[in-house]
Amino acid sequence: MIQYVLLISRQGKVRLTKWYSPYSQKERSKIIRELSGVILTRGPKLCNFVDWKGFKVVYKRYASLYFCMCIHQDDNELEVLEIIHHFVEILDRYFGSVCELDLIFNFHKAYYILDELLIAGELQESSKKTIARLIAAQDSLVETAKEEAGSLSNIIAQATK
Amino acid sequence: MSSQGGWGLSKEFLDLVKSIGEARSKAEEDRIVLHEIEILKRRIIEPEIPKRKMKEFIIRLVYIEMLGHDASFGYIHAVKMTHDDALMLKRTGYLAVTLFLNEDHDLIILIVNTIQKDLKSDNYLMVCAALTAVCKLINEETIPAVLPQVVELLAHQKEAVRKKAIMALHRFHQRSPSSVAHLVSNFRKRLCDNDPGVMGATLCPLFDLITADLSSYKDLVISFVSILKQVAERRLPKTYDYHQMPAPFIQIRLLKVLALLGSGDKHASENMYTVLGDIFRKCDSTSNIGNAVLYECICCVSSIYPNSKLLDAAAEVTSKFLKSESHNLKYMGIDALGRLIKINPDIAEEHQLAVIDCLEDPDDTLKRKTIELLYKMTKSSNVEVIVDRMIGYMISINDNHYKTEIASRCVELAEQFAPSNQWFIQTMNKVFEHAGDLVNIKVAHNLMRLIAEGFGEEDEGADSQLRSSAVESYLHIIGEPKLPSVFLQVICWVLGEYGTADGKFSASYITGKLCDVAEAHSNDDTVKTYAVTAIMKVCAFEIAAGRRIELLPECQSLIDELSASHSTDLQQRAYELQAMLGLDSRAVENIIPLDASCEDIEVNKSMSFLNGYVEKSLENGARPYIPENERSRMLNISSFQSPDQHVPSAHALRFEAYELPKPSVSVRNASVSFASSTDLVPVSEPMYEKEILHLASMSSMSDTRSAELKLRLEGVQKKWGRPTYSTPAPSTSNTNTQKTANGGSQHDGQGTLSSQAHETRDVPHNSRKSQIGVSPEKQKLAASLFGGSASKAEKKASSSTHKTSRVPAVEKPQVATAPQNESLNHPPPDLLDLGEPTISATATTTTSSSMDPFMQLEGLMEQNTGPVSVSKQPDLMALYGDTITTGLSGDTLTSGLSDYFANITQSSMGAPEAAHTTQPSSSKKGPNRHDSLEKDALARQMGVTPSGKNPNLFSDLLG
Repeated sequence: MIQYVLLISRQGKVRLTKWYSPYSQKERSKIIRELSGVILTRGPKLCNFVDWKGFKVVYKRYASLYFCMCIHQDDNELEVLEIIHHFVEILDRYFGSVCELDLIFNFHKAYYILDELLIAGELQESSKKTIARLIAAQDSLVETAKEEAGSLSNIIAQATK
Repeated sequence: MSSQGGWGLSKEFLDLVKSIGEARSKAEEDRIVLHEIEILKRRIIEPEIPKRKMKEFIIRLVYIEMLGHDASFGYIHAVKMTHDDALMLKRTGYLAVTLFLNEDHDLIILIVNTIQKDLKSDNYLMVCAALTAVCKLINEETIPAVLPQVVELLAHQKEAVRKKAIMALHRFHQRSPSSVAHLVSNFRKRLCDNDPGVMGATLCPLFDLITADLSSYKDLVISFVSILKQVAERRLPKTYDYHQMPAPFIQIRLLKVLALLGSGDKHASENMYTVLGDIFRKCDSTSNIGNAVLYECICCVSSIYPNSKLLDAAAEVTSKFLKSESHNLKYMGIDALGRLIKINPDIAEEHQLAVIDCLEDPDDTLKRKTIELLYKMTKSSNVEVIVDRMIGYMISINDNHYKTEIASRCVELAEQFAPSNQWFIQTMNKVFEHAGDLVNIKVAHNLMRLIAEGFGEEDEGADSQLRSSAVESYLHIIGEPKLPSVFLQVICWVLGEYGTADGKFSASYITGKLCDVAEAHSNDDTVKTYAVTAIMKVCAFEIAAGRRIELLPECQSLIDELSASHSTDLQQRAYELQAMLGLDSRAVENIIPLDASCEDIEVNKSMSFLNGYVEKSLENGARPYIPENERSRMLNISSFQSPDQHVPSAHALRFEAYELPKPSVSVRNASVSFASSTDLVPVSEPMYEKEILHLASMSSMSDTRSAELKLRLEGVQKKWGRPTYSTPAPSTSNTNTQKTANGGSQHDGQGTLSSQAHETRDVPHNSRKSQIGVSPEKQKLAASLFGGSASKAEKKASSSTHKTSRVPAVEKPQVATAPQNESLNHPPPDLLDLGEPTISATATTTTSSSMDPFMQLEGLMEQNTGPVSVSKQPDLMALYGDTITTGLSGDTLTSGLSDYFANITQSSMGAPEAAHTTQPSSSKKGPNRHDSLEKDALARQMGVTPSGKNPNLFSDLLG
């Protein structure tokens, strides 16, 4: 079972956190601080796994963003590595070539996607298509297109003129 | 981009994100967030906030919380938002509360009602959102409130809902198994769900259930095997494929379940052999996911009843892992090796050099894993090398958690396999010196016991030799600064008991040393207690032997000082010591007999010596004694119970104080009589022993532990008694190898032939890689680790060099010709029922192809065309354009990225067909110049310039 998911930038900034086991805010900060200290300093050719206080943390770097998942001792590390990649591929499909900036400003969307992928720390769906369909269905209901027309598309229009 | 609404937040919030992004230090970030908290605190309580604004506030709270600050002032508003009828707001509310609240938070009670309502909603998305919240928020107390509805949803027409309902039930089961015990059959039912997603999700709870209760799920073996077979044969919808593997995540889960079910069960295991062999053969070992499945296969094979052919296949994959350049695979290989040697210890030998490479690797993770492996394969012949390595590593790390673990492992191995007393004491000294404060106190007690009792051999001489070598080494070490408290306790105790035993050291020398210890650790009462007790013993032995005691002045001043100590225990001991000094030798001999720590103390359980007193009191009209368990029922006063005597008084409140922590040694050694005695009258044995024996009991009780708990691996060849495995059973997969190997090693005896063949097959690879590089030290290390003598290793090395030229031909055995044992399997029920026309549209499109023998060829074709198309892919060209416009330099495309490069381009080939079913904007798969221009412009507008500190923000994560 996955204990928590962290997205940390190369500068050590937190981009996303999701905790599947109860941790107090203090513990969370401690984990993030210590873990980023360990992971960010690891060389590129080393294992993507780190021993972590009786647990294991599997991480993978995409561009400047580190995706980390903390798992049990007896979980399959390679599988978790692929779960991370699975998540990134889904993000990529959703945002259209996802970049860190997408996640910075749309962290709540990333949460929704993560909720469709993992539930209670277990992989609930391994089909990209199914997840994409669900998220799209939610978006289409949520979107009230007019609200969107306001702020940003105008800005873009001006900027690209 | 904008059609996805990603940026539909106010300028204000975007500014916040931006300024956080630009913060140069954590302090600056904190300042900004605190400012934001102030603003939100003020604004969120304003009356009549528009809902859309409120939604944004909630998202801002999430952001604050994500950055590690406390947003609890806004939790209630998030809770309120879940009550809203609009799905958009409700979803935000649920998201926020699941992120904010832990399962025991007080506010949850306010959400339960809403969840109940939403679970009944017509809109399946509403139900999904509620179920997601259920998984996070519903605790043991609130389970009954939603349970009926969740169970109902198991039959919902939407597969997404069924899947989430299963996961929710699973969560309930984790939280409180009893609450859903009657619903367990639902999991079995859902295993046959038409939707593979639901079936896959069901495997999670089933895994837990099977872990808890193996026997009642044995009947499912056939079903699991048949599902796995169907999955491996690509009969699931294409959408479950992942990097050309058929539903690998589901395969892995199934393999985990099978590993449990087949463990130690020959009959069940036999059903699995065929499908496991198939997976070994079919699995693509070039992709990461393929290796993940293969690794799980190895785990499964090493867990179920052994089959030599499968073990061969597993060993082969393991050696591939170990030889890989990738650290990840090496790591998995080491782990797999650790599993396989439990069944056949010989396997380790062929990989000795690879293992040593991993041991000396700069990668800490790999090193730890290897040390773990060494720990598993320790026997008396290699214990010295291994423990030495482990201690060396233990000294080098700072991670206390791991230090503790490795220290206790060292102790365990040393106790189990110690070749000599000298070595044992030395090793323990090292462990205590460097990790003394981290090891469990019981380790120290164990050590004292061992020194007191010896290794259980009859030979008294050896025991006393052990003691005097301990005393000597401790006297040597005692002066060192900063010894851990636990170690000092051991030292003091041993010096007290045996310091003067062999007459080498005078009593005044020992007491002087002990005084020094007490003085140097004046703020550690425990050490002082041990020291003063030890002094008392030394003096007592002197007096008993008829010698006069000349108390050293520092000793006298110590006694004086302790007599005025704040610790009553210390005070008492000091007075006792003083009083004892004035007694004659006969009295002293009775008080503190020589070397009495191992003697059993007779306990008068019935306390018959009190009978006279009791009878007299009864005659005088005292009330008769009521056994405690009856008393508590009548009077409900249980506060005088001893900590061990928990009378289960069913409904009464219990007023006794918390249990005292039990001495850990006695817990470990709780014998049957201990356990059963809890129902007896309070004056029963265990309590008494504990109170009287003190230290003596600590050291004397756990005598049989090390002998009982640990399996000696030495000489344990085959766990399951398969006589055929290590003899040359010519399996189709490696007959070739054996023939080539035989040429070189025919003079070897029949028994070792097979293992020799393995060695010669694998060692060459290493020698080819580093023929000159394998230093003599390494070979020596290998020899000492893997049980052989140095000459044996040399022989291996030399024989391996002969073979080098032949290796490539041998490297890939032709596994495809291995015969299949189809007849073992009953015709399996088609659980997934994919042939039915009633299933969803996605399924039908692919089922037709499921029988197609050309399917696998197709897969091959795809693989072949994949790399070729890289140059044609227009998106990729755009990628480079993209990186230039965003000012990204080449070095940000890291190696991690390029690893995946090929995979992505392959998978993106299949993307367009899937994408146009989702939404128009995402149909443009891959980097797109227009998109990135927009993003860039937008970001510039927001003020996040791609230059400066965050140049990487713009690089696409997947490249």
